[in-house]
Amino acid sequence: MTSSGGPLVAFRGVEKRYSVGGRAAVAGLDLEVARGEFLTLLGPSGSGKTTTLMMLAGFETPSAGDILLDGRSLVDRPPYKRNMGVVFQNYALFPHMSVAGNLAFPLGVRGIKGAAAKARVDAALALVKLDGLGGRRPDALSGGQRQRVALARALIFEPDLVLMDEPLGALDRQLREHLQSEIKRIQRVLGLTILYVTHDQDEALTLSDRVAVFAEGSIQQIGSPAQIYDRPANAFVAGFVGENNLLAGTLVTRQGDECSLRLRGGQMVTATATGTIAPGDDVIAAVRPEHVGTGADRPALCNALDARVDELVYRGDHSRIRVGLEGGGSLLIRAPSAPSVAVAERLPVGWCRDRCFAFPATGVALASTDTGA
Amino acid sequence: MPGSRAKSADPRRRWWPFALVAPLLIFLLASFILPVVLMLSRALTDRELQTVWPDSAAALRHWHGNGLPPDVLAQRVAREMVAARRNGTLNRVANRLNYDMVGSRTLLYGTADKLLAGAPGNSVAALARIDPRWGRPAIWAAMRHADGPLTSHYLLAALDRRLDKDDRIVGVAPEQAVFTAIYLRTFKISALVALFCIILGYPVAYLLASLPERRANPLLILVLLPFWTSALVRTAAWAVLLQTDGVINSLLQAIGLLDAPVQLIYNRLGVYIAMTHVLLPFFILPLYGVMKGISPVAMRAASSLGASPLRAFLRIYLPQTLPGVAAGAIIVFTLALGYYVTPALVGGGADQMISASIAFYTNQSLNWGMAAALSLLLLAPLLLMLLAGRTLARAVPA
Amino acid sequence: MKVALRLLGALALLAGSACGSGSDVRPLTVVGWGGSSQDAHRNAYWNSFTTSSGIPLREDSWRGGVGVIRTKVIGGDASWDIVQVETEDLILGCEEGLFQRLDWAALGGRDAFIPSAVHDCGVGAMLWSYVIGYDGDRIKGAGPQSWADFWDVKRFPGKRGMRKTPKYSLEFALMADGVPAGQVYSTLRTPAGVDRAFRKLDEIKPHVIWWSSISQVPDLLGSREVVMSVTSPGRLIVANRTEGRNFKLDWHGNIYAVDYWVILANSPRPAEAAQLLRYMTRPENQARLARYIPTGLTSVEANRIVDPKLKQNTPSDPANMTDALELDADFWVEYGDQLTQRFNAWVAR
Repeated sequence: MTSSGGPLVAFRGVEKRYSVGGRAAVAGLDLEVARGEFLTLLGPSGSGKTTTLMMLAGFETPSAGDILLDGRSLVDRPPYKRNMGVVFQNYALFPHMSVAGNLAFPLGVRGIKGAAAKARVDAALALVKLDGLGGRRPDALSGGQRQRVALARALIFEPDLVLMDEPLGALDRQLREHLQSEIKRIQRVLGLTILYVTHDQDEALTLSDRVAVFAEGSIQQIGSPAQIYDRPANAFVAGFVGENNLLAGTLVTRQGDECSLRLRGGQMVTATATGTIAPGDDVIAAVRPEHVGTGADRPALCNALDARVDELVYRGDHSRIRVGLEGGGSLLIRAPSAPSVAVAERLPVGWCRDRCFAFPATGVALASTDTGA
Repeated sequence: MPGSRAKSADPRRRWWPFALVAPLLIFLLASFILPVVLMLSRALTDRELQTVWPDSAAALRHWHGNGLPPDVLAQRVAREMVAARRNGTLNRVANRLNYDMVGSRTLLYGTADKLLAGAPGNSVAALARIDPRWGRPAIWAAMRHADGPLTSHYLLAALDRRLDKDDRIVGVAPEQAVFTAIYLRTFKISALVALFCIILGYPVAYLLASLPERRANPLLILVLLPFWTSALVRTAAWAVLLQTDGVINSLLQAIGLLDAPVQLIYNRLGVYIAMTHVLLPFFILPLYGVMKGISPVAMRAASSLGASPLRAFLRIYLPQTLPGVAAGAIIVFTLALGYYVTPALVGGGADQMISASIAFYTNQSLNWGMAAALSLLLLAPLLLMLLAGRTLARAVPA
Repeated sequence: MKVALRLLGALALLAGSACGSGSDVRPLTVVGWGGSSQDAHRNAYWNSFTTSSGIPLREDSWRGGVGVIRTKVIGGDASWDIVQVETEDLILGCEEGLFQRLDWAALGGRDAFIPSAVHDCGVGAMLWSYVIGYDGDRIKGAGPQSWADFWDVKRFPGKRGMRKTPKYSLEFALMADGVPAGQVYSTLRTPAGVDRAFRKLDEIKPHVIWWSSISQVPDLLGSREVVMSVTSPGRLIVANRTEGRNFKLDWHGNIYAVDYWVILANSPRPAEAAQLLRYMTRPENQARLARYIPTGLTSVEANRIVDPKLKQNTPSDPANMTDALELDADFWVEYGDQLTQRFNAWVAR
């Protein structure tokens, strides 16, 4: 493939509706994928991330807009001429072929046969650590092994781009984490460009160079995992990525990005303002459980509130405390060690302004984050 | 030792699922396998003479000669003929000998009645005075062939062969030779009907499997319609469409494709059309089931790997449907082998299938030995084919 | 074999009783040929029999073939009592002991019936025949009046319908070749006679459409697929009446035969069966049958008292019987296998 300075893939104003005038599954999508990048589309089901991937693979056609690969429009190119490796959710191995037969299939299509094909099949099996299993049928493999075969099959023809649609969704947690590092290793070794779809935020943060958070058909935020986690762009991202305390309130004052707001329980807190909010607006303040200090650890010069312990869970390396705020509202706290308090005892809590963000209360409803991860 | 305990408990555990299906197995054995075996054994056994004429049968076994028998054998035959006529069992010998030598019925009944009326029967010559046929070797050879307990008569006859008077296997008279031709025809028609079902049924099953259930179900009912109509009604319907003045001929003439009507029914074409129509559901349903089980994602995967739609279909979809195609084709082929009402109604003279002969011998002429032999020769190649199919399926490399 | 058959019978019985069709609970069962003849029997006999005797009746129908009865009797299935059978079925079944011997005194004596209706094991139920049928709208003027005419494809161009069996076909062929009705079977009993019949069939073979079920005949004639056909009269008469057809019959050289009522040897209700048999053969009841179906009657007295108009188009009309041929069932029992085999080989060539 030609290499130019531009992005490998570009979505330009792409829209997808399944029926004329119906709800848009994807709307106003502008997205670029750089060569060698690992970009993850993260979002709840129905958010448009898989539709986006399938439009790129060629299994869905955009209703509007254009998709470019290396600067050339893909829209009229059938899937089998796009030269992209796709790893499907349920592996989609060919049950009537052996593992080696599955791997040789894309080679045969490209006219690579005989010893050359065999050498590449063996190399691909070695890459995914399945040496010697080429003769097996897919139904004689474990779930993890099948996923490795699917991965090897998507890589063996050296595609321009690898698309993965929830590839680890059907595996248990341990295996999933193991395979995540495998995928990352292979991407590094081969210098692959990967577009990865998942609803699992841990996976997204672990694997990606960049993450695009999807909700209701559009991108809510795109950036590095740290940006997404530490500087969520809106209440949806704050709620969807990682744990967060979302506190509803009203903006009282704003100066630049410094603001103060009144929570529903009447408490006054300061926060970092995000977006176009003005005094009097309904806002949502987000503060992560690990940024809430307690007792003596309560940071100086910060928002300080009185609370009472409702629930206490000891987790070994940390503890989780749920407290009720004086005046109303509740808060989850992640404390680094076993706290010296008991349930029903009073506990002063607090956090810094720069760890707390105030978002407009409008926008994507937070209820939509309520998906079983 | 827990290990040894587990071992000793193992066999009992292995048997116990069989205990669960034992009632079904016993039922199958009693209601299906045993009757079939008993019926088919009639193709090889020959006990009528032994049972009704025990003395004559014993003497016949000692004779083993050509030409005419000794008078002592003729005497026994005469005595037992009279006895059998008296107690109403002569028909069993008469019908058995009639299979070998047509005319034996009248010969035996006529002779027995004359003997009963007092005619002497103490020698071959005396019997020949009652009916000259007793003075010729044919009837005695027929008796020798029937002295049991086993016979090759029926199986040979089912292959258009017979034993001549010197016990050599020879062909029957050319105008009587019919069964080998009917067998070949039966297998040919069945194989072609299976092929037509594959050609016509595959796209239908594919369509049904790719439609959403809501729209597939009404179509499935259309596919199943032939099940619910009787052979006569279906035939009448086909006649309306296919006959010389029928809908199809009129249509083809009206649009100028034909100058004169063509014969579409009461010949082989009619048999193919009607049988394919009736048997199509038996092909479509198993294939539909298999197609429903094929993940559509596999086709997408093939496409993403660079396979054109045709290639993806041929290499990925088609191979996965082959078990369904094979199952459907075998069902159709097997059912078609047993068809005879439909071919009789819509076929011509040259379209009779072997089951019509089996039905004739079973129901009309009561020649169950012949019916069993014909059935055996229909069943044997079928079993061989199924076995070969299984072996082949196993031998195909993974 | 015998032990095995008994075992088979016992098992079948077991299966039968397990399925709840035990013979002790079912009513008296009479079995006909279905269709219009079964309707006629129901209307003429069965309804009024139940009314007058109080004996409930169950009906069944079959398509003939004594093998069916043999299977039932040796299999221990006693689900039928009285069955309507053809002559060859009667002969074979009676020899095998599948039917009970009749008490002819109770039926009014053998002389009360036409001779061919009397048999040790069966009493004539009705007389039927095969004749030439044709469409009067297509053959105007003089129609075929003999089997020679049926064979004459120059005078009457068009296809012929014939039954796909040697039975009837060989007899008709000989009559078409000039053999008088009285000599047909003696000719067929010689190899030369059989050859002669097949040679005559060769002549008409290219013009024949072979049918297997009598129900096909009205359709074949009505759709102009054939110009004339071997047929039983009843079907065409019914078509004339219900569909306004103009089918015509020619009775010259027709073959007629008797159907019989028999009582199965394993009937669990022989007394009731005999009672129904007496009822169905009483002259006044038989005379009623002719009102429902054009058929010949077997009771001498019934033939005397029946409305002469009802005899038209039946073998009971003397005008239809001048050169008729009675089916020789003994011949077909003896030669059936051989000739069927030869016919099947011939018809396929």
